Amino acid sequence: MNSSILKTASNYLLPILLLFSVFLLLRGHYHPGGGFVGGLIASIAFVLHGFTHGTDATLRLLRIHPGVLIPVGLGLAALSMFAPVLTGHPVMTGLWIEEPLPVIGLIGSALFFDLGVYLVVIGVVLTILFTISQYSE
Amino acid sequence: MLIAVLSGLIVSILYVPFGKYLKGRLSICVSLLPITLFAYFASFIPSIRGGNHVTFHYPWVPSLGVNFDFHLDGLSLLFSLLITGIGSLVFLYAAPYLQGHRYLDRFYAYLSLFMAAMLGVVLADNVLLLFIFWELTSISSFFLIGFNNDNADSRKSSLIALGITAGGGFFLMAGLILMGHLSGSYSIQEMLGTNEYLKSHALYGWILALVFAGAFTKSAQFPFHFWLPGAMKAPTPVSAYLHSATMVKAGIYLLARLNPVLGGTDYWMYPLVIVGGLTMLYSAFHSLFRTDLKAILAYSTIAALGILVFLIGIGTPESLLAASVFILVHALYKASLFLTTGVIDHETGTRDITQLGGLRKVLWPLSIAGVVAALSSAGVPLTFRFIGKDLIYEATLHTQGILPIVLTAVAVLTNIWVLYAGFLAGIKPFAGALPERYAHIHLPNPLMWLAPLLLALLGLLFGCFPFLVDGALLNPAARAILQAPIGTPLKIWHGFNPVLLLSGITLAIGTLLYVIRKPSSHNLAFVERFNTLSPRYIVGRIARFAKVISRRYTNTLHNGFLRVYLLRIIVFAVLLLGFRLFTGGAVSLTLNHLSPISAYEIIVAAILIGAIFLAVTTPSRLTAVVATSVIGYCICLQFVFYSAPDLAMTQFSIDTLTVVLFVLVLFRLPPFLNFANRSTRLRDWTVALAFGAVISLIAIQVLNQPFDEAVSRFYGDNAYTLAKGKNVVNVILVDFRGFDTMFEIVVLSIAAIGVFSLLKLRLKASEKE
Repeated sequence: MNSSILKTASNYLLPILLLFSVFLLLRGHYHPGGGFVGGLIASIAFVLHGFTHGTDATLRLLRIHPGVLIPVGLGLAALSMFAPVLTGHPVMTGLWIEEPLPVIGLIGSALFFDLGVYLVVIGVVLTILFTISQYSE
Repeated sequence: MLIAVLSGLIVSILYVPFGKYLKGRLSICVSLLPITLFAYFASFIPSIRGGNHVTFHYPWVPSLGVNFDFHLDGLSLLFSLLITGIGSLVFLYAAPYLQGHRYLDRFYAYLSLFMAAMLGVVLADNVLLLFIFWELTSISSFFLIGFNNDNADSRKSSLIALGITAGGGFFLMAGLILMGHLSGSYSIQEMLGTNEYLKSHALYGWILALVFAGAFTKSAQFPFHFWLPGAMKAPTPVSAYLHSATMVKAGIYLLARLNPVLGGTDYWMYPLVIVGGLTMLYSAFHSLFRTDLKAILAYSTIAALGILVFLIGIGTPESLLAASVFILVHALYKASLFLTTGVIDHETGTRDITQLGGLRKVLWPLSIAGVVAALSSAGVPLTFRFIGKDLIYEATLHTQGILPIVLTAVAVLTNIWVLYAGFLAGIKPFAGALPERYAHIHLPNPLMWLAPLLLALLGLLFGCFPFLVDGALLNPAARAILQAPIGTPLKIWHGFNPVLLLSGITLAIGTLLYVIRKPSSHNLAFVERFNTLSPRYIVGRIARFAKVISRRYTNTLHNGFLRVYLLRIIVFAVLLLGFRLFTGGAVSLTLNHLSPISAYEIIVAAILIGAIFLAVTTPSRLTAVVATSVIGYCICLQFVFYSAPDLAMTQFSIDTLTVVLFVLVLFRLPPFLNFANRSTRLRDWTVALAFGAVISLIAIQVLNQPFDEAVSRFYGDNAYTLAKGKNVVNVILVDFRGFDTMFEIVVLSIAAIGVFSLLKLRLKASEKE
């Protein structure tokens, strides 16, 4: 797509949307949001960039193939699922740090689980869309 | 104990990274595993003497009642020693036998796995654990039987073996679960306490049928026997191991183990005696017509298994003692004969009995093994089988209820034929003149002839001095089957009685038969004429029939057109839901419960309807996609109105991405053409309207139901206290139903991998062109 307005806008929209997606991810436990929506928003940011600059440019920007995010996310989610076993609790028990951190808030194993979901969603959506768009070109 | 059972499993896993270093001369090192295990199990002999037992408990999944519970009594020990003892010899024997084979490492990995599985079966006290190991033996034997995987026959045989034994395993699982459920415990030892309840329960017949199905398929009883001769396609050490001491004996073990739990009734006794008797006669008779050494041994093995089932069925203390003696005897002489055959095959390149003769001149130590094993299988006095055979006759003569004469006649006839088969396999290749072409043959690696010789001589040793194994092993084994002490010690000489007379008759007729009758391929052709009646042929027909059916079914239902799939799914859903809706009571269509409709809802609904019309009437694909996404956004707005922000946000993003995806895919499609004629459109309209109507009716129905707040109240109350979250939707996703989310992201990943590999692979293919 050769629209210079869209091109310029997407350059600014990409970081803003990514920031917004992280925001959604972090606030998910208390307000609307969460890993799934956050991941979708982040993928939309990249897809928008891909539409204006071409898929290859976005892949170069990403440096790694989005598919790599899938095992990383799955691993993170599985780790936070089984981490309680190490402390003697059943699988998927929520573990929480007592003191809230600035900006992020209370940290618990659920947050890492959500982060895993976030990464998997980005990985899956971008892998599917970029593969198909490369195939189309 | 846990380590002892699982060590084979661990070794076979270690073969994956380190296997290539153990292919050459070092391959023999792995034999240390079964030898060590044999010594380990032998150390238990003193502690189980006199009917004691040892138990081990390791928790695994206690909440499901599945634990690593092992129970070592006489029966388990007898089997464990056979598995590891004969296993040691087979491991040693296979090293020179398969020397230089490309997949020797795999072979040992499969063999270790198989050994571990067999040990698990005979030691497990928990029936579910037993079942797991049981299936593991089926799977590992599949690999062993199909080891020569470049041979089509071999592949087919292993598939048949797997199909039959795993199919039986399926029934067995149902039977075991039924038993565990009814008796309230999955431990066999605890089931012993509730055996009277099990036997009087209405489902007792079902339990028996299911357990029998498992045991008969595994132990190759008629009419499931045909997988065993086919399994002879395996390398000979495998046949020796699987068919003398292990795989096929698993079914026998199961029957013996469950005898105190389920046995002692007519329903237990008659099927076993009849099936066992039929198997004995059928396969012993069949062994007369074979000319391939291994085929002869295969049929005589089936006959031996029949005898064992038959003896367990009779169920008297004598017959059970006879069974435990026969388990040991058969393992010794059959393994010896198999290993002898293996050497003959290895050296001469043939197993055709009509071709072989006079090998005693070149393979003299082996001829001793063969002849002693053959005499052993014949039950000549002073061999161990003599004692076993006497016990069998004693058991059949002393039965009450069922006719002793008939059973004894069956036993005598079978024994005569088995004797003939044994002579054919053990003596015939060594007797007579040596053909010119075999004159150059020399003795192979000592390991290969020592193993069968050792086994044959052991049979002789136990025959002369039965007290060596009686009190230590066989009596406790029979005791475990019966769950009561057995007084009679084994004796060589019982005095002049009908049993001795029967033994004499068996020997005389059998030897006479061997002298008179010469095996020839002509005989084989004779039996093959009746092939169309054989169970193997019938099962083959059933399998082919199933294939035809499934092909037709697939072609009709899965024709590859997405529109046809969709149409079928929707029509089916309409019929099912509609049926339930109209038979489920009066449909109330009152709209009183609904909240008042606001102006902006009407506007959104109007846009929605307009978008729908546009989507179904437009001649452009792109317009249709955009119209559909408008529909999606309108629905999202409804979510916003009814305060479901999480849902709305997700739906908005998904809709956006879907449009992108559609555009990308549509890009590749040919220009839009309208193929549908009037009647197709009419049909689609009808289906769509019917589906919409049904769903709307259901929606109105649902709204009229009183709303159950229990679930939402639970989450509302507990989200913060239990999971420290205020957004209930997200807390459900990451905490309460976290497992679901985990599996959902796994499914997503699989979908991504699928798309990626499908398209990338096709790219590669087109790049090549």
